[in-house]
Amino acid sequence: MASPASSPLRLIYDVRVRAVLYQVVAVVLVVGIGLYLFGTVSRKLAEQNIATGFAYLSRPAGFVISQSFISYESSDTYGRAILVGLLNTVWVSVFAVILSTVLGLIVGIARLSRNPLLSFLALIYVEALRNVPLLLYLFLWYALIVAVFPPVREAWQILPDVFLSNGGLIVPSLRWSAAHTGVLASVVVGIVLAFVVASIMRSHRVVSGHARAAWPFVLLALFAPPLIGLLLFQPDLVVNWPEKGRFRITGGLQVTPEFTALLVGLGLSASAGIAEIVRAGILAVGRGQWEAARAVGLHDRQTMRLVVLPQALRVIVPPLTSSYLSTFKNSSLAIAIGYPDLVMVSNTTMNQTGQAIEGIAIFMLVYLGLSITISLLMNWYNARVALVER
Amino acid sequence: MSELTNTAMLGVERSDRPQGRRLWLAGLKPFIGSPLNAIITFACLWLIYRLTTGAWGWLVTRAVTEGGPQACKVGNGACWPFLAAKLRFMIFGFYPYEEHWRPALAVLLFLAAMIVSMIPRFWSRRLLWLWLAVVLVCGVLMYGGVLGLPLVTTTNWGGLPLSFMLSSVGLAFGFVLGVLLALARSSKLPAIQVIAVIIIETVRGVPLVSILFMASVMLPLFMPDGVTIDKLLRAQVAIIIFAGAYIAETVRGGLQAVPKGQHEAAASLGLGYWLSMRKIVLPQALKIVIPPLVNIFIGFFQDTTLVTIIGLLDFLDTVRSAMRDPSWQGIAVMEGYVFAALVYAVFSYGMGSYSRFIERRLRTDHSHGRSH
Repeated sequence: MASPASSPLRLIYDVRVRAVLYQVVAVVLVVGIGLYLFGTVSRKLAEQNIATGFAYLSRPAGFVISQSFISYESSDTYGRAILVGLLNTVWVSVFAVILSTVLGLIVGIARLSRNPLLSFLALIYVEALRNVPLLLYLFLWYALIVAVFPPVREAWQILPDVFLSNGGLIVPSLRWSAAHTGVLASVVVGIVLAFVVASIMRSHRVVSGHARAAWPFVLLALFAPPLIGLLLFQPDLVVNWPEKGRFRITGGLQVTPEFTALLVGLGLSASAGIAEIVRAGILAVGRGQWEAARAVGLHDRQTMRLVVLPQALRVIVPPLTSSYLSTFKNSSLAIAIGYPDLVMVSNTTMNQTGQAIEGIAIFMLVYLGLSITISLLMNWYNARVALVER
Repeated sequence: MSELTNTAMLGVERSDRPQGRRLWLAGLKPFIGSPLNAIITFACLWLIYRLTTGAWGWLVTRAVTEGGPQACKVGNGACWPFLAAKLRFMIFGFYPYEEHWRPALAVLLFLAAMIVSMIPRFWSRRLLWLWLAVVLVCGVLMYGGVLGLPLVTTTNWGGLPLSFMLSSVGLAFGFVLGVLLALARSSKLPAIQVIAVIIIETVRGVPLVSILFMASVMLPLFMPDGVTIDKLLRAQVAIIIFAGAYIAETVRGGLQAVPKGQHEAAASLGLGYWLSMRKIVLPQALKIVIPPLVNIFIGFFQDTTLVTIIGLLDFLDTVRSAMRDPSWQGIAVMEGYVFAALVYAVFSYGMGSYSRFIERRLRTDHSHGRSH
């Protein structure tokens, strides 16, 4: 080891010493670059008289947002405007994820159909969507909506009080109040409770071996909280009817063409990826599993539900997670067609206040936070369905 | 006869090849094997019929082939005069009209080099030199300013050459960055590992749009006084970083797939870290991840369209500005997008088929073992 002849310089040939040295160099380099950049930025901002910090969030925003799910006026603060953008992002992503999952499942199974025509059409669908950039599709759907539907003044009345025009779809809506939020919360509580009760009943059945009908309890758990909520909050049902004026339609729930184009674009393009994921997942389940299931007398549907899908899910869930994550991140393309999502609102805010660093920091942190949340949730689900090896 | 059918039904003696009428029935079975299947078949046939007649009518029978914007306004088919009038603008953007041969030549050279390097027989170190030469020649062609070529600044670049450049340069540098990040992430030194994890996960956790914004808005603030970076270069940096993070994760998968024995064997030969990585581990890891890498390339070729959002004239953007031309506005809404979609689809599909080809080839290589 340390021979008398070794000089301090020879230490550099020691693997452990070198490891420490490399890490110190890396950390010093990163910290140094960071400090240097921070220094330049703060000096430049001071020169341009741009205040740093997040105080601007409480100043009035003064711009209009075409679509919001919480009340928003242009006199509200920048903070609230960004919250509106965030909710819009979440809203469109959730719907796009649902749409893409349903479509992807259908197309993925169609790809595996024994009918060559059906699987050929599914293949065309997947290839057409995967080989063209999403942004191009967004522009195309948006242009089509604007070109195909009539202007607002000549809106089609497809149902009584339902209007369709290039200004979007307009349907009657409820005038929302705190009482409605309460009822909605109680519905969510009911759904959660039903799941809990069902899983307790199942584990009880597994432990005791007694098969008792579980459904009355589950139904009770599902419907009791909403009923209590209705009695407790007593929401009044005031319908917000759309009214056709001379130039525009006021009132009602307005689904904008931007939202529709984004929803359709995100949903369709993600569905092509999901179709391939589903197909690969089902193919990964060995033929022997199908044959064994038939041998014990299961129908095709039962085989799919009880034998194939549970095993396919193990293969499907991890890539499905990344597909959901990218749908969520791709919703930021909203800015290209003018849907007021988080990025677009932040961008407007940055243009007005000049506080680019804070603006970008906010939306990057929000995306990071939500990405991590989604992947944690899906990892939890994956851990549940994953194969437990002994 | 009846005996024969009986045994056939029992599966005792079934001929593999049905004959005569049977052949017909067997051929039709996947289409009308059951009532549900028959319904599906007819629904599909109807859909295919509608799609083809619709496309044919729009592209050919109802299409407008002559005249200007006015003729297209009347007709309700594809507007070919629009494509003819705007084709060069859509492909080359605001590049000076008389100099269009230069970006065209550059694109052709680029595509030729690409095709050459896609053929496994030519895979060798010489490809690097080829690419160096191609990049140099393309740069001279695009920039000009020497050899009697007029100077064309990057503000006039646009269209397909720009899209190719953004994606290929982005991927080349992104690949180097990605391999370095992957090595850092799978290194045993905790500090280096943590730095790599933070970089990779941050970039992968946010949308490309936000990184582009960061590059276009924040990068100028980070630069010392007097240093301004070209807008194009800023977008290019963003794409490199983005590509690097994604490639890093793919390469890490490949690194993990290299058996531990290979590391140990390299160590027992007395190879140091870099030598064993360069000679033993990375070649094997990269070979494993070639198919997913090609898929990442396809994704990034499409993702370069996002530079439109920060105001760069890539191919999608030149197509859109062609459609916004006052004399054609509102007339050729579909034509431009369909044309652009077709161009993207041809390249993406080509690379996708290549990816499947290479996957098959590499797989057979493995099953036969190393023959040389």
